[in-house]
Amino acid sequence: MNGFNWIKIFAVIFASILILPLFSVLFSVFSPDLDTWQHLIDTVLVDYITNSVVLALGSATGAILLGTTTGYVMANYQFAAKAILQIVLLLPLAMPAYIIAYTYTGLMDFGSPLHQLIRDVFSLPSTVSVLPDIRHLSGAVVMMSLVLYPYVYLLSYAAFKSQPDALQNVSTLAGKSSLSHIFNVALPMARPAILTGGALVMMEALADYGTVAYFGVNTFSAGIYRTWFGMGNREVAAQLASALCLFVFLVLILEKYSRKDARRYVNNLANKKTTREVTGKGLVFIWLLCLLPPLFGFFIPSIQLLYWAVFTSEADTQGFSNLLGNTLYLSALAAFIIVALALMFSYVARMTSANHFSRLNQLLSLGYALPGLVIAVGVISISGWADRQFNMFTISWFDFRPGLIISGSITILLFAYSVRYLSVALQNTENGFARISLQTDAAALNLNPSRWHLLSRIHLPLLRPSILSAMLLVFVDVLKELPATLVLRPFNFNTLAVRAYELASDERLIDAALPAIAIVGVGLLPVCLLIYQLERRST
Amino acid sequence: MASVFTILFAGLSAAQSFAAEVNVYSGRQEALIKPLLDKFTAQTGVKVNLVTGKADALISRAASEGEFSQVDLLVMADAGRLVRAKNMRLTQAIGLDLPALSSSFIDEEKHWVALTTRARTVMYKKGSDVVLPESMLALADKKYAGQICVRSSSNIYNQSMTAAMMLDKGDEVTSKWAKGIAENMARKPKGGDRDQIKAMIAGECQFAIANTYYLGGMLTSSDESQREIAEQVAIAWTPKSEGGTHINISGVSIAKHAPNKAAAEQLLTFMLAEEQQAWYAEVNQEYPVIDGVNWSKTLERLGRFDAQSVNFNDMGRLNGDALKLMDKAGWQ
Repeated sequence: MNGFNWIKIFAVIFASILILPLFSVLFSVFSPDLDTWQHLIDTVLVDYITNSVVLALGSATGAILLGTTTGYVMANYQFAAKAILQIVLLLPLAMPAYIIAYTYTGLMDFGSPLHQLIRDVFSLPSTVSVLPDIRHLSGAVVMMSLVLYPYVYLLSYAAFKSQPDALQNVSTLAGKSSLSHIFNVALPMARPAILTGGALVMMEALADYGTVAYFGVNTFSAGIYRTWFGMGNREVAAQLASALCLFVFLVLILEKYSRKDARRYVNNLANKKTTREVTGKGLVFIWLLCLLPPLFGFFIPSIQLLYWAVFTSEADTQGFSNLLGNTLYLSALAAFIIVALALMFSYVARMTSANHFSRLNQLLSLGYALPGLVIAVGVISISGWADRQFNMFTISWFDFRPGLIISGSITILLFAYSVRYLSVALQNTENGFARISLQTDAAALNLNPSRWHLLSRIHLPLLRPSILSAMLLVFVDVLKELPATLVLRPFNFNTLAVRAYELASDERLIDAALPAIAIVGVGLLPVCLLIYQLERRST
Repeated sequence: MASVFTILFAGLSAAQSFAAEVNVYSGRQEALIKPLLDKFTAQTGVKVNLVTGKADALISRAASEGEFSQVDLLVMADAGRLVRAKNMRLTQAIGLDLPALSSSFIDEEKHWVALTTRARTVMYKKGSDVVLPESMLALADKKYAGQICVRSSSNIYNQSMTAAMMLDKGDEVTSKWAKGIAENMARKPKGGDRDQIKAMIAGECQFAIANTYYLGGMLTSSDESQREIAEQVAIAWTPKSEGGTHINISGVSIAKHAPNKAAAEQLLTFMLAEEQQAWYAEVNQEYPVIDGVNWSKTLERLGRFDAQSVNFNDMGRLNGDALKLMDKAGWQ
């Protein structure tokens, strides 16, 4: 058996393990509880569905608008201090959605200093509320768009960057305006990347619980929690989760379909991409345009958090280095493992002519849209079962009781993160592979028939930007991850997100500011690394 | 052979058990339990291992881990979850002589015992000229249309309150009440309890339904704007004649397969001791379950009250039905 077959076998084994928790959720459909379903249909189900659809589509639209505009500008223009914007545009990645939601609520709160200031300026009585309330569905859409647009930005920037000058020249020769070029050539060509980013945003929005729970928006995820916690009905909660899975599966198929032309034979390596110099008024305009999303998605909430952390918080800083260490260790390890898995899966899918491996990848991507807690419970049942079987085996054969081995260990956390975030990594590695022309493979294999040579000497170097952005995204996602970490972690093991959440959920928002700002701070490091890489690639 | 395996897996095992250790799953967050546990360790030398998290998720974890679970003590922040853990057969009878508690604070089969209680009340702005409702039930009256701020029915405190009312007044009265509350809301439910209090002071509504310890937390907050708001709040207690003010409990259970049962019992006894009871009152503005334990100044300031008498097992059992009732009433 050759090396590639071995990789295929590994891929199948790992895929089966990763899919188990999903199946344990999906299996719930075989024990329907008709009474509870009838109740849901009669009362709240329509609300859950409409709210979720609006939230997902709204957030994706918002993120696409912000991400594509900034991505286009950054890829096509050269201007003063562009390097700063390059960093700044990605900063909201480090901001968890629930934290930004809490922060804006506090900022615009009736008793907040900002509110008081506005009342003082206009000499209004202290009982008047002048700032709008953001705690509703459209507020949630805005919050999500503000922190999730970098997903679209990253992918669309890379896509626009890879559009060679020749395309623009053809448009110009044909007498088309720049605007016409954007809408008729640049955007349609970048569409697969943009939609991939949009799909990630949608899944993230569908899985969100923290923000919608705080804003009182009854989405499908909120409904899953409500059914499980409130009604104590884990089966129906799992059935609702399965329905969410099915919906996301359809979205992913659509997204994949939209990407099917992406395996095109454009040799984009030989073509140069130059950027146009902008000065004067255009410069100011571009700066404003690109500064607005990070201003609202990062700077304003960060300043508010810093203010709280420094001036009012009483949160103890004891054991803070421990929290920091745990968080970094877990995020880095998860990023490494998950991206390695994603590379394996997308490599196998590329090198296999039949379609089933790429279908498998879609199935593996489903975890991203499931609320973290649902995955956690799927993972718990699997690990509990495995531990029990193992103990029974050792007891009956060796009269030895090792106790829990997987449950309550770091391994189980990494397992849950893999189920949840494999999609993020896969989207990047698959997109990366798609940008490598099949002609390149053919040529390389002609010169040296070894697949290993192709992977190590051709694919991996070309994939480096995709691998790095996958690692960054997984890193910050795990950094921010909450519900699964909360239930699955070992004894006496805390992360920054856990600490921030515990305080915020007890409505001690101000005390939550310190760990929250630390999450943001830790997230900055990989963001800067990624930017450095993006730059190296373009020069 | 066994010893070889012991050595092999000692390093691998998720949580190893030593003689002086106790493992705790807590639905109460770390800040509200860790200081007590540290004190316990300092006094007894028994190490406490802690996982905090969402109560139901921790219950699921204990259930999946089954007989091999390391957990000794389950700490839950409300009656519903204590009852759920018991009904899922994750707990065992506490074989201790417990201090003198009101009978409703101990499970009939001693599968759980309460640690603290909290009251859910109607709050209003001091000095406002509103007509005070004589009870939580009366707040559903049409004359309070557009005057109430209350959080979502997804919240356990609202579910418990509704379940307790179902026990006390029956389904029909409670249904009507929930519909009345939903119709009287000044705005769509959102935010937490503190947010309802803030909105009430901001003039969005005349009444806020909130737990007392949130008000207590605001009164003792390090944030001046929170203290300022809380100073303006008064409580309309439901008197004994109307059934008394709704209360809920936090409590503990000993896990069915507890590997360190003795240490767990030791910790449980410690938590119910007077000094720890007073700590809860001082730090989290919760009411002690042991009579004669001093209340914090803040709690005394809010005033003494008549608590409803409720069977927490029944209340916990009705939790799901309460949510369905609220769904039907249109309480979002």
